[in-house]
Amino acid sequence: MINLLALIDGSGYSKSVCDHAAWFANRLGGGVEIVHVLDRQELSSHPEDFSGNIGIGARTALLEELAELDAQKARLSQKRGRAILDDARDSVVASGVVNVTTKLRLGEIVETVQDLEAETDMIVIGKRGGGADFNQLHLGSNLERVVRSSHKPVLLASRAFKPVRRFLVAYDGGRSVIKAIDEIARNKVFADLDCELLCVGTETAEAVAQMEASASQLRAAGYRVKTKFMPGRPETVIAREVESDAYDLMVMGAFGHSVIRNLIIGSTTTEMIRSCKIPLLLFR
Amino acid sequence: MNAFSIPQLRNEWLGNIRADILAGLVVALALIPEAIAFSIIAGVDPKVGLYASFSIAVIVAITGGRPGMISAATAATAVLMVTLVKEHGLEYLLAATVVAGLIQIVAGLLRLGYVMRFVSRSVMTGFVNALAILIFIAQLPELIHVPYLTYVMLIAGLGIIYLFPYITRAIPSPLVCILVLTSISIYLHLDLRTVGDMGELPSTLPIFLLPDIPLTLETLWIILPYSAAVAAVGLLESLMTAAIVDELTDTSSDKNRECIGQGIANTATGFIGGMAGCAMIGQSMINVKSGGRGRLSTLCAGMFLLLMIVFLGDWVKQIPMAALVAIMIMVSIGTFSWSSIKNLKDHPRSSSIVMIATVAAVLATHNLAIGVMVGVLFSAIFFAWKIAQIFRITSVLSEDGKARTYVVEGQLFFASVDDFRASFDFKEALEKVTIDVSHAHIWDISSVAAIDLVVVKFRREGAEVEIIGLNEASETIVDQLAIHDKPGALERLLGH
Repeated sequence: MINLLALIDGSGYSKSVCDHAAWFANRLGGGVEIVHVLDRQELSSHPEDFSGNIGIGARTALLEELAELDAQKARLSQKRGRAILDDARDSVVASGVVNVTTKLRLGEIVETVQDLEAETDMIVIGKRGGGADFNQLHLGSNLERVVRSSHKPVLLASRAFKPVRRFLVAYDGGRSVIKAIDEIARNKVFADLDCELLCVGTETAEAVAQMEASASQLRAAGYRVKTKFMPGRPETVIAREVESDAYDLMVMGAFGHSVIRNLIIGSTTTEMIRSCKIPLLLFR
Repeated sequence: MNAFSIPQLRNEWLGNIRADILAGLVVALALIPEAIAFSIIAGVDPKVGLYASFSIAVIVAITGGRPGMISAATAATAVLMVTLVKEHGLEYLLAATVVAGLIQIVAGLLRLGYVMRFVSRSVMTGFVNALAILIFIAQLPELIHVPYLTYVMLIAGLGIIYLFPYITRAIPSPLVCILVLTSISIYLHLDLRTVGDMGELPSTLPIFLLPDIPLTLETLWIILPYSAAVAAVGLLESLMTAAIVDELTDTSSDKNRECIGQGIANTATGFIGGMAGCAMIGQSMINVKSGGRGRLSTLCAGMFLLLMIVFLGDWVKQIPMAALVAIMIMVSIGTFSWSSIKNLKDHPRSSSIVMIATVAAVLATHNLAIGVMVGVLFSAIFFAWKIAQIFRITSVLSEDGKARTYVVEGQLFFASVDDFRASFDFKEALEKVTIDVSHAHIWDISSVAAIDLVVVKFRREGAEVEIIGLNEASETIVDQLAIHDKPGALERLLGH
């Protein structure tokens, strides 16, 4: 059975994450596991005491005080976490998915994903988390780390869910995108949807041949496929294309380069996630 | 997870910026009197301790394995270097600091951090208590044969330190103590000993210099014992403090990285004219209490310390010693584990003896490393003694009275072989003796030899001896067969 892992944090994206997960689960006939991770960082508490003195039995007193503060916070965030999960489950069940489970975990999101991904076929996460400011167009801090550390396809949910009718594949001929095409052809998640392969770059004979091969692979699987070449910078061209042609989803290979390179010149993937206002399905 | 990965680094440095900077400031203010006081303990100018505190704090912030822990010049290392300074001078102290740092780096590379597991809770308590007593003893010269005015100042200082937090917790009360006592003493022109009387304060930023000593083997032999003691005490206190901070903040730390970090800090500190140091239990607690969690707090503590000293040196000179002594008494009282005295009644006597032995050994030698070694030795002996009691021999005489079967159960090792031998009755005239050792653990050669001896003795008395289960039992000689590395080893060990 196909299982989706939906990561929610109670931010504005949680609803959309659930809707996306439910839509995919319904099409694949699988279950959804909704996971909320309580970050240890959020829990650690700070008593505001700058008196700088240490009295009799200071160590035990301090330990008790800190432990009590942590315990209060932990109980509160557990309660909040359960409430978030219950809401999410109701919403997914209402969308018609039968097999829905929830999980509340402590720790880092990335570690949790690594622990759980073995039993999962696809991970759904919001583009931004509760900690990131929506106005500044910042991406969620955990997003890149989750995508980088996971071996499964990751769906980045946009702010609101819209049923998918047409999807775009950002075709760069790379290994990840070939893998993505294989997955799509095999899984039939997008059966009877319109599909377009878009390659940004110069139209060499080799590139055309490769794209045609992929297109016919998809056609054989029953998709209606169009192909297109466009010159320019991938980030801007694709974003414009998505905007003007009203695609509902984009599929792409992600983070093909090393962390170091991204630090210095930035990542095309991050740029795309930022500039495209639709959900993205990332393959590594 | 990789300790040097970018998210991890970002988290350790920038995860807690505001609270880290504030806590760093509080710690820096509390470090000034301590660094000066510890220099005075070691018998060197205050600037040696102040430079050391700056350099150790800043370097350990980067290299250490426990974010949020404060390292600087400490009492524990200062008391070890008194004789070296007295007999050979400051330059030898700097060289000893460099060598101690190198020893610590080697210890870290050899992953000796794991040896800490042999230091039991009682030994740690003893260490902490001994440290508190050492800090207090170091204040005595300032308390004996001094004008009675000093006592008035001291009591006023302690009053401010302990009572001021009831008014506000927004500023450090030790700082208030210093400010008030200094102003009073300047305003009333009181004739008290001040920090300026104790030696030179830093007036510039530290500079790189090589210790001015002859680079001979003879020099090395002079400094090596001191370096080894400083390295050992430094690592012990640092790893213990790391354990305490781990406990307080409910996070984990890299002990071997901490060893190497301390080593690098000490080595570098020797070259800028600072004395050896290590992590500080009291300061680290103040840091955690003030909200410091990340590496930034340690870095800020070091930076603020240097800035304050270099720019406010003229004012620091005027601080009366009584104010510093009051702060050090506060540190001593806060470091001491008062609950351990109450626990003497309830805890097993052996752990109380271990704790007291640790304290006694430290007070006798003024060397915390020796105290810890004594404590560990005592714990090991008590442990062996307790385990040796998990041992029993039962026997059954056959109906015809000619044969006896001895069943040996429990732990057979050097501490229990005497009991083992005494359990056999060699006076009994038997035709056949069966010794069943299949339910015993044979841990060492002493026990094998003891079994051999028993067999020989029975044979001499004319009995035929059969040993059952020797093969299974001797498989438990863990060292020899190294079965603890093999799968299912624990089950096999427990199965006997």
